[in-house]
Amino acid sequence: MSDFENTGILSISDLVLPTNEQLEKGVAITECIQRIPCNPCVDSCPVHAISMKDINALPVVDYDACIACGRCVGVCPGLAIFVVKVQGDQALITLPYEFLPRPQKGESVSVLDRAGKTMGKGKIIRVKQQGRTSIITVSVEKKYAMDVRNIRV
Amino acid sequence: MEVNGIPNVRTCIAPLLEGVAVRMQDRLASWPQNNTDNAFVSTVQDIDILIVGAGPAGMEAALQAATFGASVLLVDENQRVGGQLIKQTHKFFGSKEEKAGTRGISIAKDLEDQLCDDRFKDKIDVLLDATVFGFYEDDTEDRYTFGVISRKEYKSRLIKVVCRSVIFTVGAMENMLLFPGNDLPGVYGAGAVQTLMNVYGVKPGERVLMVGAGNVGLIVGYQLLQAGIKVDRVVEAAPTIGGYHVHAAKLRRCSVPIYTRHSIKEVFGADCVKGAVVVELDDHWNPIQGSEEIVTCDTVCLAVGLTPSTRLLEQIGVDMALVPEAGGYIALHDERMQTSVPRVYVAGDSSGIEEASTAMIEGKIAGAMAAKQLGYQQEKAQTAYEGFLKELKRLRAGPFGAKPRDAKQRIQRLWRKRP
Repeated sequence: MSDFENTGILSISDLVLPTNEQLEKGVAITECIQRIPCNPCVDSCPVHAISMKDINALPVVDYDACIACGRCVGVCPGLAIFVVKVQGDQALITLPYEFLPRPQKGESVSVLDRAGKTMGKGKIIRVKQQGRTSIITVSVEKKYAMDVRNIRV
Repeated sequence: MEVNGIPNVRTCIAPLLEGVAVRMQDRLASWPQNNTDNAFVSTVQDIDILIVGAGPAGMEAALQAATFGASVLLVDENQRVGGQLIKQTHKFFGSKEEKAGTRGISIAKDLEDQLCDDRFKDKIDVLLDATVFGFYEDDTEDRYTFGVISRKEYKSRLIKVVCRSVIFTVGAMENMLLFPGNDLPGVYGAGAVQTLMNVYGVKPGERVLMVGAGNVGLIVGYQLLQAGIKVDRVVEAAPTIGGYHVHAAKLRRCSVPIYTRHSIKEVFGADCVKGAVVVELDDHWNPIQGSEEIVTCDTVCLAVGLTPSTRLLEQIGVDMALVPEAGGYIALHDERMQTSVPRVYVAGDSSGIEEASTAMIEGKIAGAMAAKQLGYQQEKAQTAYEGFLKELKRLRAGPFGAKPRDAKQRIQRLWRKRP
């Protein structure tokens, strides 16, 4: 039995990790590891980088093809897709955010990991709206690239 | 409760108007007295299909039946159509066909717009604020008669509905848990909490203990956070989280802990909830002595499953069976969603607890098949039906579809074994 079924928290070993080069280019990471009947991410991708064998299969991201546009981030009903891009000593995390107030560009916010633990501060780089979901890009220390998955405004 | 002289009113869904008289009713009601405000008028309507319940299944059933040419009366006890969809602010799963990525509230609006579309003007009648309360024998062999009470603006009207076919899309009732203090104000079902927050815009409390980590508990827990309410924790009696991981992950990254193998022991407080005692469970689901912990909260939200509503179906006398995977007693039905009584259909949660996306497809099946049975565009209806059936199988093919799949298989087996 995997631990996430008890805790609700994924570990890095549950994910297909991109290489450092792919991270520097920027990739969408689907933290969707259960076979649930859902596929809007596949339809949302403009370069067909996300594929699924059938609607119950797990999404597979072709990290080389992915252009890190983030469209899938705002589409995923499970709010389970994140775009991660490493830039120098910073990592830019693009995440879905459905709370008010929305953060402002340039604002400093708390950044949280998958367990909701505060990992310090991050700077808001970009705020987009996709329907009623805000798509937030936050800049954090590079070492937290695979840890930070939420913000607290 | 009794409102303006009308007994048996569910005040939780009745509008509060200036000057209405609300009275406690703790016994059987007496027959309302005729007066000018409360006139009982008997009306007869001759329609093809009566659809009971305007939730996702009922609305889709109405649209399908009307598309093929049948006339439909869609009745719901609420003030508006949509059923549970009108409080589902989250995005739906599925594929394009099931409007995946769209929020439940938007799907409700879309279906409502379709029901009001000009091309269905002469086909679909919607009767809101009305309850179908009973089935009556009819002299005509191919007709069914139902009693309906309409309460619009607190004027009750008794309506006799005569129809050729009926589809029950009545949904389900929330399960309750037995524990000391479960009658204190502040103990809610998750559906009630969602109605308060997302429909009425009322905060149910400030600090919530969520009981149940199925999809309903996880989703409503997240919506509580969105409404600015603190969720202390989620407790789940089972050894694992029952809902989708992605829903659990949303709560966890907002710092809400989820305790599996934990349950609620009691709620305390003099006249409202002041807190609760939670307890760890052993391998046999028994409380472990000494593991009790006090949770300070003003609200306890129970998301511990649903039971299909079947009372009218039982009254009609359709073949029923206990199917635990479906959530309780349900009406046996075939793949066309027809019960053992000809031209009586069932769809959605009242035919077995599942998701809104599959409820919508079951509704489409029932609507198309009921219309076909009455002789409307038989070939086209059959083609549509075969498509819906494929869609349904596809959605249920994964591991989370196992329970409804088992339920429907058992229903099919029991269906074939009928005398």
